[in-house]
Amino acid sequence: MYGFSVVLTPYNLVLMFVGVFLGIVVGVLPGLGGANGVAILLPLTFSMPPTSAIVMLSCIYWGALFGGAITSILFNIPGEPWSVATTFDGYPMAQQGKAGEALTASFTSSFFGALVAIIMITFIAPAVANFALEFGPPEFFAVYFLTFCSFIGMGKEPPFKILVAMMLGFALAAVGIDIVTGQLRLTFGFTELLRGFNFLIAVIGLFGIGEILLSMEEGLSFSGKTAKLNMKIVLETWKKLPRFWGTAIRSTLIGCWLGITPGGATPASFMAYGIAKRTSKNGAKFGTGELEGVIAPEIANNSAGTSALLPMLALGIPGSPTAAVLLGGLLIWGLQPGPLLFVEQKEFVWGLIASMYLGNIASLILVLTCVPFFAAILRIPFSIIAPVIVVICAVGAFTVNNAMGDIWYMLIFGAVGYAFKKLDYPLAPLVLALVLGDAAESAFRQSMLISQGDMRVFFSNTLVGSITGLALLALFWPLIARLIARARGNARPA
Amino acid sequence: MSEQGGRTPVESGISQRSAELVVALLTFAFGLTVVIASYRLGAHWASDGPQAGYFPFYVGLMICIGSIANFVAGLRVRAAVPTKLFVGWQGLRRVAAVFVPAMIYVAGIYVVGIYVSSLCYIAGFMVLLGKYRLAKSLAIGFGVSFALFMMFEIWFQVLLPKGAYNILSFVGH
Repeated sequence: MYGFSVVLTPYNLVLMFVGVFLGIVVGVLPGLGGANGVAILLPLTFSMPPTSAIVMLSCIYWGALFGGAITSILFNIPGEPWSVATTFDGYPMAQQGKAGEALTASFTSSFFGALVAIIMITFIAPAVANFALEFGPPEFFAVYFLTFCSFIGMGKEPPFKILVAMMLGFALAAVGIDIVTGQLRLTFGFTELLRGFNFLIAVIGLFGIGEILLSMEEGLSFSGKTAKLNMKIVLETWKKLPRFWGTAIRSTLIGCWLGITPGGATPASFMAYGIAKRTSKNGAKFGTGELEGVIAPEIANNSAGTSALLPMLALGIPGSPTAAVLLGGLLIWGLQPGPLLFVEQKEFVWGLIASMYLGNIASLILVLTCVPFFAAILRIPFSIIAPVIVVICAVGAFTVNNAMGDIWYMLIFGAVGYAFKKLDYPLAPLVLALVLGDAAESAFRQSMLISQGDMRVFFSNTLVGSITGLALLALFWPLIARLIARARGNARPA
Repeated sequence: MSEQGGRTPVESGISQRSAELVVALLTFAFGLTVVIASYRLGAHWASDGPQAGYFPFYVGLMICIGSIANFVAGLRVRAAVPTKLFVGWQGLRRVAAVFVPAMIYVAGIYVVGIYVSSLCYIAGFMVLLGKYRLAKSLAIGFGVSFALFMMFEIWFQVLLPKGAYNILSFVGH
């Protein structure tokens, strides 16, 4: 309660709403992520008192976590890597005229996820933080492996197409400078390829441009169906949400866990989606516009994004890129993160935690009142919105690395995305591999270096062993499920 | 998706089968390139662990195997649904109507910068494909470019490409 009294000054409250608003803008624009947004606005806050500054910066962060979902649902263009999984069901919902519902569900789930994570931070901060210290490369690889596996068996597409798509993602992720040895890989002497392929470029092209090409082929009918656009939709959706409590709890656990162990929001959202698909009764309908498919990744990414701040405060280890930028801010204000922060800078720490509660409530209010406005965007005719989306995609692609070449890649990825979608090649595994490929590879190689090439390192203790076991279970689940079904079928004489 | 096998197709175009085969060939070529490049880089276990090409080598190999399987599956498409189209000529023309201007737009960024190029692209698209009046199209194009300009150059101080002939130099950017 002490914290609230620190934060609840009019000045801080105004900063809070400004921060949330800027965060949403940053989250909506592809290419300008939470990390970039916080980094760009960091200098503005140097003149403020540290508590006000961190309130504003963390509110930008919340805003970005909420805002990333908006373009995913409306245009199939994820504004942030962690909203990629939201597009899988969010965009089909928007196409069916249920954009308002999808947005409400996503915002509410985001709020729920973040809230649970904050409560967790408040009560068990220092104890849980120790757990993160136990994570080494093998554990990291096991987590990535689990993410891939919980994704692999879920596709309806031909298995070899899933394989090719995922491996293409890995190959593209490998382009550029090898992080372990520093050698150049797959660049073929082109300096343009030195940077490698940023997943955001691929995502913007595959999803954004690819989608425009597809809707163009079907004539000028961008599926901007008139949705009911009022607050009633919000209330109606709220009534439906409690039904998905099981998914909510699972996703929150995944999110909190991956946030504390610096897995981050992106794998958390993919994993939550995969697991929700597995466990849901409507799992087979995922990808066609299931409310549950929006809820799962959104809860997970926000609870991960929020709990990522815990190791940063308690240990000085940032759990996400944005948390790393915030950490930089703390150091500039002369605050040394770590266990001592809780003792020496009580006002600051509890102020920050209080601002998490209030910032999330502010975000929820702000985005929910804007739902009708966002959904109205869908009614703009296609021949206006299509070129505008292309322009926004181009700007987003450019700002990732300030490189013109990336805009061309985006167009190429757009053509690839169009062809792949028409031929039933799944895009999700490709993007997943591209996003996590580098991190997974370096974790794998570091563990191999530690164990000197012994694969048993992935079973060397209970923690890593159980994650790996879970991953293998997820990988072979379709096979196991079939065996179980067959066993049951035999038991019951027809 | 569920096209009736016996019906005569309404329009001609690129068949699903040839598209499957071409894409499988392309992914195979890509996979092969990765395999060869990684092999040259060193795809073995050195004394200090896996070499730089170790991981991509197997990735490339799996792309090749998967592509072969997809190619074979593609060969069978004709037997199942002989008339299924990947895209009709009309659809293809519409896709080109978006894609080609988009390429011109990107090329235009080099010349006049992203803001002016965006304005022309949006306005041009609206006039040619949306049949809007020129004045309205220009207004919307200008509005979007202006909003982008304010957001990036002024608020976030992120500089976007201005092109070889910077028309905006008079505003000091």
